[in-house]
Formats: sequence, structure tokens, C-alpha cells
Amino acid sequence: MSIEVTGVSKRFGDFVALQDVSVSIPSGQLTALLGPSGGGKSTLLRIIAGLEYADAGTVGIEGLDATALPARKRGVGFVFQHYAAFKHLTVRRNIAFGLEIRKRPKDEIRRRVDELLALVHLEQFAERLPAQLSGGQRQRMALARALAVEPKVLLLDEPFGALDAKVRKELREWLRRLHDEVHVTTVFVTHDQEEALEVADEIVVVNEGRVEQIGTPDQLYDEPANDFVMRFLGPVTQLGDLLVRPHDVALSPGADDPDAVAGRVARVVRVGFEVRVEVSTGEQVVLATLTRTEFLRLGVGVGATVSVRVVPGAPVVAVPGSVVRSGLEVPAR
Amino acid sequence: MGRGRGPGRWVARAIVTAYLVLLVAWPLWLVAQHTIADGLDGLRGIVDDPDVVHALRLTVVVAVVSVVLNTVFGVGISLLVVRYAFPGKRLLNALLDVPLSVSPIVVGLALVLVYGGRSGWFGPALESAGLQVIFSTPGIILATTFVALPLVIREVVPVLEEIGTEQEQAAQSLGATAAQTFRRITLPAIRWGVTYGVVLSLARSLGEFGAVKVVSGNVLGETRTATLVVEEKYLNFDQGGAYATAFLLALVAVACIVVVSIIRPKEGPR
Repeated sequence: MSIEVTGVSKRFGDFVALQDVSVSIPSGQLTALLGPSGGGKSTLLRIIAGLEYADAGTVGIEGLDATALPARKRGVGFVFQHYAAFKHLTVRRNIAFGLEIRKRPKDEIRRRVDELLALVHLEQFAERLPAQLSGGQRQRMALARALAVEPKVLLLDEPFGALDAKVRKELREWLRRLHDEVHVTTVFVTHDQEEALEVADEIVVVNEGRVEQIGTPDQLYDEPANDFVMRFLGPVTQLGDLLVRPHDVALSPGADDPDAVAGRVARVVRVGFEVRVEVSTGEQVVLATLTRTEFLRLGVGVGATVSVRVVPGAPVVAVPGSVVRSGLEVPAR
Repeated sequence: MGRGRGPGRWVARAIVTAYLVLLVAWPLWLVAQHTIADGLDGLRGIVDDPDVVHALRLTVVVAVVSVVLNTVFGVGISLLVVRYAFPGKRLLNALLDVPLSVSPIVVGLALVLVYGGRSGWFGPALESAGLQVIFSTPGIILATTFVALPLVIREVVPVLEEIGTEQEQAAQSLGATAAQTFRRITLPAIRWGVTYGVVLSLARSLGEFGAVKVVSGNVLGETRTATLVVEEKYLNFDQGGAYATAFLLALVAVACIVVVSIIRPKEGPR
């Protein structure tokens, strides 16, 4: 294990940011801290980096107790959402900063910076100031700057949060490839489930100061630990007392399926290849997403009677506070 | 204001310009005109007068020392106020404006009460240790520093607030100590705020009159500063000398501000 967080708690005044959080982050992997804003994930990352100190608990980095170490002795690289570029220094000097602090010989610094410039594709921008770069370029510079000191772990706090959607998508694919090349243990914070699912080897879901679930993207999607994780990782709809993904809801024409709930098609919306069908079962409205082909094969329109059921084997989670009943017990109308 | 169009804008500009000309530019110009009206005799007269030369030198020494003090403490206090939360911070903030709001003559009297050689709080103790404050150069420096205290702080604080702490945190995570972070990151980021604060402090220090008059004792050739020379000459009907000295003082102050506004980079997009 590369990063070992044990029993960490942190308050800001009355606000509890983290509550007895324990996480182990494996070496060499790309791990996402995923959760809604204000859930404590950035605070956790900053505590690992030493930019914030925990009220209780310990932080270990590569087997070393780092709980009381200042940031500069932890051997971590940190990338900020808003780049934190040194505005008065050129791209080259920004990247060289950590090496200059360590008083490395000049030609070694030059060689290393050239390598990093090539790695982040900023060779032709070496002598520019950060103000002359785009957001994506600045963030790549910040990444090179953090990698220059060969950190034991690389921490990224919402690294693509300030960029527009297109650049964000490009950069996260690039980060994945970079990680496959460099293999440094990397932890990044995000509130974007798609980003986490796409990029991370492992995801830690953090909410209201606690860890909700830790697992691979597949585990989280297929075996959500609770309704929060289920809701946060993708769209959900409710059938009876069960939460289910709309694409795991199957429809069949007529009301004669004994294992299903009968309902009436209330609305049909087509968005590109996908068709969203809202079915009113009387007491609730269930959303089903079908492909265009599936919908055409179903051959129903608004007002038609259909049977609604969950696809066998699909992940479902009980709505909290309810006694789980099978769909059969919901009165069919 | 006509939203930047029509005659309203021109009227507004004319009013502002007239206001500044009547209040600032024209009076200053008249001082210059009076000084050079009779050729350069007035200027030559004061440069040849050893007492005036001494006063000018004293003023420069006092101004330089108090600017150095105010810069060092001003940057320190600014960092304290912006970067740290502590009880009494609001009170400290309010206190920092006191030197701007209290009349300099009150400042002078207050300093006499504390450092006066015969009856002040510290005065007698300092005097027996061989350091005379009031009626001597240290007192003049003290009064000048007090009066110009907020100028660096008021320039640096907004810059510090704007740059935030992320660059400093980035430097620390890259291995920089607090001192390295300050020298390599913070100081370059606030350098224009500091420069402008220094210039304002210098101009203010050169021109301080009220507080200095009380604490200096105004001894000819010893503790008489340039502004006191101006008053003395003016009261003694030596208008030429008064205007010439005033002209020198104003010239240095205006030159400082002009130089800085020329070399200060334009506020670019961030």
C-alpha cells in the first residue's frame, strides 16, 4: 500500500469535513476520490499532501508515518484545480522550480526539464509565461512541475475542473496514457462520475465526510454498496422500493406478465440512439431507457399498457427506510 | 454618466480635470514658477547655505530609514493580516489606519509623552542608557515612521489577497522552505505593491511636518528638517528660499511617483 490513511477526522469550526476516514491506496495505480462538492474529498487529498493537518488519525506514505511532516518533506507532487502557476516565471522555470530548490546541477536540470517538456508536449512553449498559455497547457505545465521532483505519489485536486468540456475530455484521456507511461501512484479528486469511471483503476466514493465505498469502476457500478453510490454513479429510477438503472428496466406489451408491474406509457422522448420511456404504474413513474431498435420492436405508443420489470441479474438497491417488497405485491392496475 | 456616450461624459471629464488642476496641478506649478521666477538664484541660495544642506541631508536620512522600517514591518504585518486568523485581527486592522486619521501633531505629542527625556514613560530610562529620542534624530525617524506606517500595508494587502495561497502551497509541496517560498514566489508576486508603497512612503516621509516639528525641537543645523526650513524661511519673509526648498521637496516626491507609474507594467489579463 502506498498511501495509508487511518482514522482521519477534520473539522472547520462547526463543519465536519472528515469523520474517521480510513483508506488504503495501492502503489502504482490511478485512484479517484469521487463525491459531491463539500463532501470532504479535497480535504482528504490536502491532508495527504500536508497542506492541511488532520485533527485526529494518521497518514502514511510509502510506509513512512507522514502525519506530522510538513508538505515539503512528504515527497508528493500536487496539482491544483486553478493550476497555481508561478506567474512571474517561464514555463521552463516553473518546471525547474523543485529541482532548483534541491540545488541540482544546471545541466541536469536542463536535461530533466527538456524531458518533461516533451512528455507534456510543451516543447515550443518553454520560454513563455503562464499568462500566454491556455488552461489545458497551464495544467500540463503544472503536472510536469509536480513530476519534476520525482514524487512518491502524485495528487491532483479537480485537475480538469476549470477547463471546458472538450479539453477536459482530451486531458483525462491523456492523463490515463501518461499514467500508463510513468506509473507513479496517482490520486485525483473529481465530482464527475464519468471522469472517475473512465480514468481510474480504483474509486473511493466520499460523501459527507465518510467513505461510502471503495472498489474498481466495475464493482462500484455493478455492486453499489448503498443507494448513495447507486445514485451518484449514474441515472436511477425507482420501481416499487427498488432503485434500478433505467437501462436495466425491461418493458413488454400488455399486462399479462405475472412477474411484472403493469403500467401505462406516459411519455416517450427520443434522444439520438436512445429512447426514454416513462411508464406510470399508478403510484410512481418508472423511467426506462431503450435503444431505438428495442423500442421499435416493442411497438407501443403513449397510452399503451405495458409490463415493467427489472432485467434479471441487474444491480438493484433498496430505497432506504423501506421494507423491500417484490414487484408482485405492488397492485397492478 | 450617459453610459460612456454623449456630452455627459465630456462634462464629467471637464469637472474632474478642473478639480485636479485647481487643487493640485496649478498650486504645484506656481511653486515651481516662484522658484525659477528670479532665475536659479533661489535654488543656488539654499544649496550654498550649510544649514539648509544639513536639513536636506537630515530629511533624506530620516526618510530612507523610516521607509526601510515601514517596508520590512509593512510586508510582515500584511502577511500576518492576510494569511493568518487570530483573535483581535479586526482591532489590529483598525489600528493600522490610526496613523492616517490622527493629526500628525497629535502623533508628535503622544511620542513626547512616551519617549520624552524628562517625564516620558521610556524616555528617562533610554536617556540614562545614552539614547536621546526626543529632540534628536531617533525621535524624528520615529515620528516619520509612525505617520507613514499604513502606506506600504495598504498597497500590499490587496495584492496578497488577490494572489491567494495556492502558488505558495505549490512551492512548499515542491520542497521550498518558508523562506524560499517568500523570496522566490511571494515577493516577486507582490513586488509592484511593495514598490508603490515604498514610493508613497518616501514621498510622505520627505514631506512630514507636524509630528516632526513637535519631536525634533527644530534646532538649527541639528534637528531642523527640510519642511521645517520651509516654514522658518516663510515666516521670516524669505519667500525665495521657502519656495526653492518647497520646490525641491515637491520635485523629489513627484519624480518618484512619475517614475513608478512609467515603469509599472500595465495591468494585463490574468
